[in-house]
Amino acid sequence: MVRGFDACVATRLWGMSLERADVARLAALARIDMTDEDLDRLGGQLNAIVDSVAKVAEVAGEDVPATSHPIPMANVHRPDVVRPSLSQEAALSGAPEAEDGRFRVPQILGEEA
Amino acid sequence: MTALTYEQAMEQFDPVFGIEVHVELNTATKMFCGCANEFGAEPNTQVCPVCLGLPGSMPVTNEKAVESAIRLGLSLGCQIRESSRFARKNYFYPDLAKDYQISQYDEPTCFEGSLDVVLDDGTVVTIGIERAHIEEDAGKNTHVGGTGGIQGASHSLVDYNRGGVPLVEIVTKPITGAGARTAEVARAYVATIRDIVKALGISDGRMEQGSVRADVNLSLRVKAGPGEDQNSVPFGKRSETKNVNSLRAIERSIHHEASRQAGLLLAGEPVVQETRHWHEDTGSTTPGRSKEEAEDYRYFPEPDLLPVEPSREWVEELRGTLPEHPAKMRARLKEDWGFSDLEMRDAVNADALDLIASTVAAGATPQAARKWWMGELARTANDRDVAMRDLPVTPEHVAELQGLVDEGRINDKLARQVLEGVLAGEGSPAEVVAARGLEVVSDDSALEKAVDEALAAQPDVLEKIQSGKVQAAGAIVGAVMKATRGQADAGRVREIILQRAGVEG
Repeated sequence: MVRGFDACVATRLWGMSLERADVARLAALARIDMTDEDLDRLGGQLNAIVDSVAKVAEVAGEDVPATSHPIPMANVHRPDVVRPSLSQEAALSGAPEAEDGRFRVPQILGEEA
Repeated sequence: MTALTYEQAMEQFDPVFGIEVHVELNTATKMFCGCANEFGAEPNTQVCPVCLGLPGSMPVTNEKAVESAIRLGLSLGCQIRESSRFARKNYFYPDLAKDYQISQYDEPTCFEGSLDVVLDDGTVVTIGIERAHIEEDAGKNTHVGGTGGIQGASHSLVDYNRGGVPLVEIVTKPITGAGARTAEVARAYVATIRDIVKALGISDGRMEQGSVRADVNLSLRVKAGPGEDQNSVPFGKRSETKNVNSLRAIERSIHHEASRQAGLLLAGEPVVQETRHWHEDTGSTTPGRSKEEAEDYRYFPEPDLLPVEPSREWVEELRGTLPEHPAKMRARLKEDWGFSDLEMRDAVNADALDLIASTVAAGATPQAARKWWMGELARTANDRDVAMRDLPVTPEHVAELQGLVDEGRINDKLARQVLEGVLAGEGSPAEVVAARGLEVVSDDSALEKAVDEALAAQPDVLEKIQSGKVQAAGAIVGAVMKATRGQADAGRVREIILQRAGVEG
């Protein structure tokens, strides 16, 4: 069974228009601070995208399989052979902060994966 | 709210559960890059631009990991999708450098399977498998400050060595009808998965190192009334207890959650659908993410990876490499070895089957192999707090040791000393016997000399023996054993004493 990505925002919102609250939620999930003006402006832009996708969806019938890649290729694998890694120093060189050979990140509040 | 026992909860409600097991594959490299997949290296020394999520880097699937996932799927009776693809699961947490995890969503490689699980009393329960998909592991966070937990930490430190290690996540269908045996079935299911991945050789299956990890979903629903079908009763709200990492903890966490939920329901309070954290020390769970932060991972197809389309020929070839189902293998071994139910269960629980099998293959009898592994070696492993397979003694050593006993070169008492030597790294049993001079003294002239010396030291004993008190010979046997440091054959010593005294034994 080929099923769409039902949690994918564009798919879920086909045929609907994005409310400001939807945009605010997306912004919160993406950890982006937005003003009310930003929300209105981006809401308009996102709705234009959703509308365009909806037009494509009208054309694509049940008999057209979903594609996630424009190039018909598959099975590009890599043999299970170890290749050199970065040194610890090189790995941490781009980090804003490091401690004890590890990346130092700010306090994580109330979120656990 | 009164606390209920698990049994009371099971009398009042019908449990429904589901389990997600994450299996860490033992490939040489990570899922999407060539960094080594090895436990215990210095932090951030097995990382590269791909697993650090640096811009411009591109993931490429590890063929061996795909093969392992397909073999696991086939062992779970799954169908193998002709075309499966990867997806991005988006969430913000620093254990993922990319802010998304590459996983599979609507097209998992393995789906629709079923697995037979055998309980201790021989009851077979069939568990429906929803899917088994491929994904990557996350890095490891260390919280600094506070009490070491996430609460009150001042900051966190991240090691990405584990980030990108291949995982297969196996998801069951909701399991109903287990009733009061729910905890037992859940434990047996996870034990079976662990045994299968070890038999396949695709993971070391070490739960204590996190190679096999389980999340346990549980809900309770009211029991069906007379004449009513239990399956027509809707499911209750479920909790998902994360990272339950031992077989015992699986049982305990289900006991705890069933009791907790039953208590809430009887008090007329709702069960909140949420993730919960398991605490090994208190045997209880606490809430994780709040409901407001309910999961919204915004999955979408991973544009940097191409679909996996295993040919049917390859899948069938892999099907030909599958090992025997662990339950079948146990039944066969039990029969071959002539073990009792109890002996077999003890060996299984001690994770000693392959050690015993290798010892038998090296020439020992099954009972001798069992005696050493389940006796002296189990005690030593326990004392040293290590797994038996990590002791510095091999099945070949054990078989050799028993061979020396069978040949009469050493007795049981000496064998234990030899084993001590092997455990201390002094070499093979034969080498320890030679180096420590532990061989049984069967040379008569040496024994006669020792007997004569003992008799000379205690002349009254000889008189007693000659006057009919044969049991007095025991004192001389003891003296000889002492003089030979336990290496004399006591029966032969006794014969020599009686010969010297001129009486028949």
